[in-house]
Amino acid sequence: MTGLPERTEKKLGLVIDLDTCVGCHACVTACKGWNDQGYGVPLSDQNPYGADPSGTFLNRVHSYAVQLVDAAAQIINFPRSCLHCEDAPCVTVCPTGASYKRAEDGIVLVNEDACIGCGLCAWACPYGARELDQAAGVMKKCTLCVDRIYNEALPEEDREPACVRTCPTGARHFGDFADPESKVSRLTAEREGFALMPEMGTKPVNRYLPPRKKDRPEEASLLAPLLDIKATGLAGWLDRVLGKI
Amino acid sequence: MNPAPSVVIFTVLSGLGFGFLALLGVFGSAGMAAFFLWALGYGLAVAGLVASTFHLGNPQRALLAFTQWRTSWLSREAWASVVTLLLFAPQAVSDWLGLEWGRGFGMAGAAMAFVTVYCTSMIYAQIRAVPRWHHWTVPAVFLAYALSGALVMGAVRPYAAWMLVLLGIALALHWHFGKSAFARAGASMESATGLGRIGAVSVFEQPHTGGNYLMREMIFVVGRKHADRVRMIAMVCSVMLPVLALMFIPGVAAVIVAVAVHLLGALAQRWLFFAEAEHVVGLYYGAH
Repeated sequence: MTGLPERTEKKLGLVIDLDTCVGCHACVTACKGWNDQGYGVPLSDQNPYGADPSGTFLNRVHSYAVQLVDAAAQIINFPRSCLHCEDAPCVTVCPTGASYKRAEDGIVLVNEDACIGCGLCAWACPYGARELDQAAGVMKKCTLCVDRIYNEALPEEDREPACVRTCPTGARHFGDFADPESKVSRLTAEREGFALMPEMGTKPVNRYLPPRKKDRPEEASLLAPLLDIKATGLAGWLDRVLGKI
Repeated sequence: MNPAPSVVIFTVLSGLGFGFLALLGVFGSAGMAAFFLWALGYGLAVAGLVASTFHLGNPQRALLAFTQWRTSWLSREAWASVVTLLLFAPQAVSDWLGLEWGRGFGMAGAAMAFVTVYCTSMIYAQIRAVPRWHHWTVPAVFLAYALSGALVMGAVRPYAAWMLVLLGIALALHWHFGKSAFARAGASMESATGLGRIGAVSVFEQPHTGGNYLMREMIFVVGRKHADRVRMIAMVCSVMLPVLALMFIPGVAAVIVAVAVHLLGALAQRWLFFAEAEHVVGLYYGAH
């Protein structure tokens, strides 16, 4: 079970547009809301109304300041969740076979009934995509909303991950990376989508789209059009006389 | 990484236990002494293995950990430890009751004991996301601890002293390569976010105001502050003092002193092994 499939028929995953994301955390809330009552045990919180609240989330939104070489710094909001890696180290380290990658669509899942909660898969993941639920003692991770995307009880427009469905700015896209004509493949090609930490050798499926280049402020003075005016009449005469003194 | 007491005790005690069992397996013992020595070896190894289940979220399903030996070092370790303990059993009975069954089981068990310790070390050494662990010096240190600890316990004086020196060298190499491991792995905030292509990255705001599992488990920073001091304690206690004790204290007292300080040093080393290891996920939180 914890052997990785040699290849998967589909490569389902997400494209996250760092240009469009406004950091509203709606995807975090939608993810927690859906996965709290769907696949597997709920995502528990510890001491949620106390002084030191903590809880299990499958998606977190970071904010970074990026200092450009030749322009002002930018704030980039950065959602982080499972990348459904092709060479997923979290799968091969699992001693019980609870962690697996599906041959049909490439989704990396945890069979919670077989999970002993040793936490080794979370250690093996470079991206912090897995969190051990403190109430149930089993590993939780993004399921790509496997209980939505194939769910014929839902209207067709809802058959995508909750984070994608809810994103108010359209910064998240869901699709099949194995199909070069899919929306996610085309977006990745057009916008030079990239993978995170390729040096870890995990071959992530998800792609991030870099922020677009911003307009640059004008180099010249904002008063430029006024500075160029030639004085005429009385002002012109004064200008000439005063210039000679 | 979080130095959970259960994993520190697990790796130290089971390493020492399996090393000592290997020594008994090869050289043997006789009579009631054999009974107590074998019981001591089994006690250490089993106590370590039992401790390892304390940090599990669902230990009642631990038997499933035997199923994935094809890919998982943790599963291989489970198999290797059980096979080793079973192989030693007839040898222990033979030694105790003087049955003269030869040393075949003991020899095979000794080989498997070191396979077990190797598997334990590979649970950590396989993890690329923790660059300090992803290195051949990790199995070297684990194996050197098992062997030298066993020789000290067995009071095999000259060999014990030489093996302790080798342990010291292994530790020095492990710490030396550990210093530059993170840089060599090539991960940075720029590669973690992929934003290095547009500029230099720093944290503007964390994704959550409280702590979470990732931060508690993988961004443990207390150990790094005192790393040099703990390294010193580990080197002095697990290598230098036992060598001196074996050289200058006569009789059984030397063994008791040497084993006690060696064990203390081993616990310090193993605590630091976890506490100072940096996980690349820390980069997302601006920690490293």
